Amino acid sequence: MSSDPPVQSSRVRAESRSADAVSEGVPAHVVLDDVAIGRALMRIAHEVVERNDDLASLYLVGVPNGGVPLARRLAANLGEVADLDPLVGILDTTLYRDDLVGEGARPLLRKTEMPSAVDDRVVILVDDVCSTGRTVRAAMDALMDFGRPRAVQVVALVDRGHRELPIKIDYVGKNIPTRHGDLVKLLMEGASGDERLRVVVEQEGSR
Amino acid sequence: MRVRIQGGRVIDPGSGRDEVADVLLEDGRVVAVGRGLESSEAEVIDASGSWVTPGFIDLHTHLREPGLEYKEDIASGGRAAVAGGFTTIACMANTDPVNDDPSVTDYILDQAKQDAPGKVLPIAAATKGLEGKVMTEMSALVDAGAVAFSDDGRTIMDSGIQRRVLEYSRLVGKPVIVHAEDRTLCGDGVVNEGPVSTRLGLPGNPAVAETVLVARDIQLAELAGAHVHIAHVSTAGAVDLIRDARARGVHVTAEVTPHHLTLTDEATLGFDTNTKMAPPLRSARDLQACLEGLADGTIDAIATDHAPHAVHEKEVEFTEAPPGILGLETGFAVVLELVRSGGLTPSQLVAALTSGPAAVLGLPVGRLEPGAPGDVLVIDPERRWTYDPSKGFSKSRNSPWAGQELVGRVETSFVDARLVYHADRGVLMP
Amino acid sequence: MNGIDLLGMEDLSRADIETFLETATHMQEIGRRDVKKVPTLRGRTIVNLFFESSTRTRTSFEIAGKRLSADVVNFTPSASSLSKSESILDTAKTLDAMDPDAVVIRHGVAGVPKRIADELSAPVINAGDGAHEHPTQALLDLLTVYEEKERIDGLTVTIIGDIAHSRVARSNIQGFLKMGAEVRVAGPPTMIPAQVETLGVKAFGSLREAIDGADVVMALRIQRERLSGAFVPSIREYAATFGLDRAKLRFAKDDAIVMHPGPVNRGVELAHDLADRRPSVVLDQVRNGVALRMAVLYLLAGRHRERAL
Repeated sequence: MSSDPPVQSSRVRAESRSADAVSEGVPAHVVLDDVAIGRALMRIAHEVVERNDDLASLYLVGVPNGGVPLARRLAANLGEVADLDPLVGILDTTLYRDDLVGEGARPLLRKTEMPSAVDDRVVILVDDVCSTGRTVRAAMDALMDFGRPRAVQVVALVDRGHRELPIKIDYVGKNIPTRHGDLVKLLMEGASGDERLRVVVEQEGSR
Repeated sequence: MRVRIQGGRVIDPGSGRDEVADVLLEDGRVVAVGRGLESSEAEVIDASGSWVTPGFIDLHTHLREPGLEYKEDIASGGRAAVAGGFTTIACMANTDPVNDDPSVTDYILDQAKQDAPGKVLPIAAATKGLEGKVMTEMSALVDAGAVAFSDDGRTIMDSGIQRRVLEYSRLVGKPVIVHAEDRTLCGDGVVNEGPVSTRLGLPGNPAVAETVLVARDIQLAELAGAHVHIAHVSTAGAVDLIRDARARGVHVTAEVTPHHLTLTDEATLGFDTNTKMAPPLRSARDLQACLEGLADGTIDAIATDHAPHAVHEKEVEFTEAPPGILGLETGFAVVLELVRSGGLTPSQLVAALTSGPAAVLGLPVGRLEPGAPGDVLVIDPERRWTYDPSKGFSKSRNSPWAGQELVGRVETSFVDARLVYHADRGVLMP
Repeated sequence: MNGIDLLGMEDLSRADIETFLETATHMQEIGRRDVKKVPTLRGRTIVNLFFESSTRTRTSFEIAGKRLSADVVNFTPSASSLSKSESILDTAKTLDAMDPDAVVIRHGVAGVPKRIADELSAPVINAGDGAHEHPTQALLDLLTVYEEKERIDGLTVTIIGDIAHSRVARSNIQGFLKMGAEVRVAGPPTMIPAQVETLGVKAFGSLREAIDGADVVMALRIQRERLSGAFVPSIREYAATFGLDRAKLRFAKDDAIVMHPGPVNRGVELAHDLADRRPSVVLDQVRNGVALRMAVLYLLAGRHRERAL
């Protein structure tokens, strides 16, 4: 697990799978481009600094796939804004999901890489899109297996509503009202660390 | 009571006939075969489009009575036989008690007379208790009605004893039937040794286990001047040995089963215990050699080796399951496929079921000539049917053909000119 | 994959194998945590049905199941079904009525897991059937080799010992071939199965030729009762001809690794100092066994087959 692959580690396969590849020929409109995402993450970095006293205890945890490059960028922004070098971890929530039942094939696992325990840390979970709140719930359960954080805050680049659990997002990049059946995706192009990001909405019925 | 079977294709290799003709039965016998036979007061059976053949003869069945009636008995096996066209069946001695004593032979014949719609011919054990040690009283057994001698699956491994058995059999002029498997070479083998056993990790039973024994018994029969009959030949090597021996005049005859003619060891890849036989299903090459042996007369007969086992006996580990499958009700349809595929002519196939086995045992049945016993079949070679063992006549269900559609079916069976089976009416007992 | 079971490497495609291995690499991370447990299979029941005792494999499955929060029940029927006059299919139907979410089966006879799977709605995982297959062993061996070599394609793998009676050999032959390795087998001629080349391997009578240039040398466990005259004249002769030691290993590649499914008969299959020290990876195999079995349970447990009644 030493490599630093784009979003998804795939040690065994020759070519890596991209879970979020754009479906060919599906009309999707871009709601956030790379520049807008950069701006939102910079604003969030300022908010994080404003809201927290003990900045040295910050620990950013990205939820794969989309949360990983976002957490990395947010960490860089915190360096720029407050000269911080926070820990950054990757936490796959798949094994904590509440929908692993039924006949179908199980979702493939993604990398988890937590550089240290979370005890007494202020953990900032970073996810790309928040909707039902179930991923955040799963991520919080997963986090507790790595210790007892002092506080947990949540970043979502996009909050699209339709919450099914009492989950509040602390830092929102952009609220995007959607219909239930729409798909909101963070897409990545280019090499890890130098990737270009954009958020697209595929409307229900156009697929 | 007269019966005229009219307008069918009469296939009777024993008298060299294969033509559309009528067959007239009366007083238990065939009275005439020919075109346009006239007879008053005869019940007429329209056989146009059908085959009309002598009743089939199965040299190798296990009827399980006495003692193992939970698998089969003479009544159920006898019904299965006539439903499959086998109007004469020989039954092996591995009952409980073993048929090694005239009292058991008498019992089987009494039961058969009472319960079986067809003819049942007991094969007596060659050694007492099938133990391979002490010869049975062959003369008394023949007087009681035994038609041959065999320890079948309990192959006599002691060559000295086998030699004496063959020699002594000359006294009664009956064949010794050999299940040719060298048990020391079979070991715990349960499938043919080869790519399939290697792939499945099941103990293999090598072809040489058969050929070694066939070679031994051909030589012993030659030495003894006796008639040895090789049961269920399964290997190319055995076919070659038998062909060579016949060419030099050894009195060796042979049979092959429907399953060894149509299935290979690959049938076992799913671990179905209904593909476990002794000898095991072999390779495609062996199958082809058996077919060629049958076509060229090296092998005399198709015999089913009908071996009923209860469901619970087969629903166990592959290594633990008893070998053998049902054969009487499916045998003909299964081998008829060999005609459709071009491996045998209709006449060759019918010969292997009638005149061939009749000659092995020197029986008066197996041909349609005036004066011959009135054992006749009417067969629809095109009829499609699905085999459901639970609706069959046998008490057991162990068949690899269960649930499969088969083509070709016996429509009516006559024994001694009496209708004993009709496909739509079932078995008819007097 | 054919359906929901893991019955043998024979049924798996290369992509299936890759899915198991990749999932297992993620499961390894859980084993390194302080809290080695995830809630994935909470409320699910896994039955370990071991007709043949095997403490190691059973324990490995048990730990794997427990790390996924499943309830793991060990069921160890005595001897064969015959002795209990209960047919295999009865056993299967009885189990089915208890609604397990996965059944792990070890049996001394080839084909039993398959026959039980035919009757069961839950997935069946073959934990070794006779001399047939032991797919989780092969998968963990592949994972171990992958960790060491970072590839399997193009490697030369030599399997030594009683090939004829080894389910480990059969599953590994299939697995390594499907992943693109060259597989050789070597052993006393009495322990090489008939027409072994039909499996796609090359057979060698000489250990030295068999391991010449090999990347991976895998010694199989030998049943001692087969070494007393029936297949091999004596243990001493086997150890001398097919036992692996550092001197013989020189013929393999410099960076060759030594594997063994365990437990090792020290001084027979492997020299004492090869049993658990480099280049032996025997203990890595054991460790990877848990992660691999977690992957198998994660991917299969809780699925059910559609069955016509």
